[in-house]
Amino acid sequence: MTVTPRLLHGEVSKGDRLPELSYDVTATTVVLGALASRDWRPMHHDKDFAVTRNGVKDIFLNTPNQAAWFERYVTDWTGPHGRLGRMTFRMRGSVFPGDTMVLSGVVEDVTVDDTGCGWVDLDVALAVGGDTKTTCRTRVAVPVTPEDNPWRRRGPDWKP
Amino acid sequence: MAAAPDVLAEIGAIIGVPQYEEVGEFPVERGYIWTTCASVENGNPLFWDDAVAEELTGGPIAPPTMLSVWFRPHYWAPGRSEPRLPLKVHFDLKEKLGLPEAVMTDNTIVFHEPVRPGDVLRTRQVLRSVSEEKTTRLGTGRFWVIDVEYTNQRGELVGVETYTGFGYRRPGAGGGPSSGGEGS
Repeated sequence: MTVTPRLLHGEVSKGDRLPELSYDVTATTVVLGALASRDWRPMHHDKDFAVTRNGVKDIFLNTPNQAAWFERYVTDWTGPHGRLGRMTFRMRGSVFPGDTMVLSGVVEDVTVDDTGCGWVDLDVALAVGGDTKTTCRTRVAVPVTPEDNPWRRRGPDWKP
Repeated sequence: MAAAPDVLAEIGAIIGVPQYEEVGEFPVERGYIWTTCASVENGNPLFWDDAVAEELTGGPIAPPTMLSVWFRPHYWAPGRSEPRLPLKVHFDLKEKLGLPEAVMTDNTIVFHEPVRPGDVLRTRQVLRSVSEEKTTRLGTGRFWVIDVEYTNQRGELVGVETYTGFGYRRPGAGGGPSSGGEGS
């Protein structure tokens, strides 16, 4: 079996926009995400605690699960050949049940490093009602040819 | 009240020195991989289709962003003493420098060798830098950078998380009890 890359490095240009992903967040989204990331802190599953102790309106998405959302968003676009190199997060606000979160992304740079690895730098944002809640600068490797596979890179050939 | 010179010397001496080395409480497992993928509806065939994983990654792997998941302890375990605070170095600095408040300003994760089911990971914390005293809109304090390094049972680097923290005193505050500022 041969898996064909969904996206090749040469098909990407600076300024390209990724298709948006919209998702209606429920209490189940928040609790499932917290438990999936083994985060047992009460503000991610106990509304009374979140309101009385954190002073916010409800339980809210935890950071590790937001990272998982960003990963899914980026690799939906690259396909399984896409290999994450690095992600930088900045948290600006919380995401609550009842929010419709929208993930969007724009290509900031397209480069090939001295090992021949093809990189795409993305600015990805998670917003609710037009307010950015979290940004995630992402560097992801994608194949430069149909035969290339960033996952085969090891040691000095992987410079994330 | 500025930090005493001996405190600063003590902190300077731990810059670059690995601390709090820890082994994961359990091996990386596929159940948690699938629960995480389900929580964000991640259909990447690398995590669901063994033939694709075999061809592209030489067998199943965990989603790279799950790196820190493997170090969050179970909610309860028999006979366990209190688990270590994550990012202990951060809390050490707040205490040593007498800075009651703190926020994390940003967080970077760099991914190296893939993490695979069955791996038993290790982590350690390394203080990289502490700034001079600075005043921001939050108050007066210091910025610091902490790396959390993760390796597998073969000693291969699987990832590094870098946190930038800002520990501070609110304007006009003389110290006082910590109210914790770490939101997430």
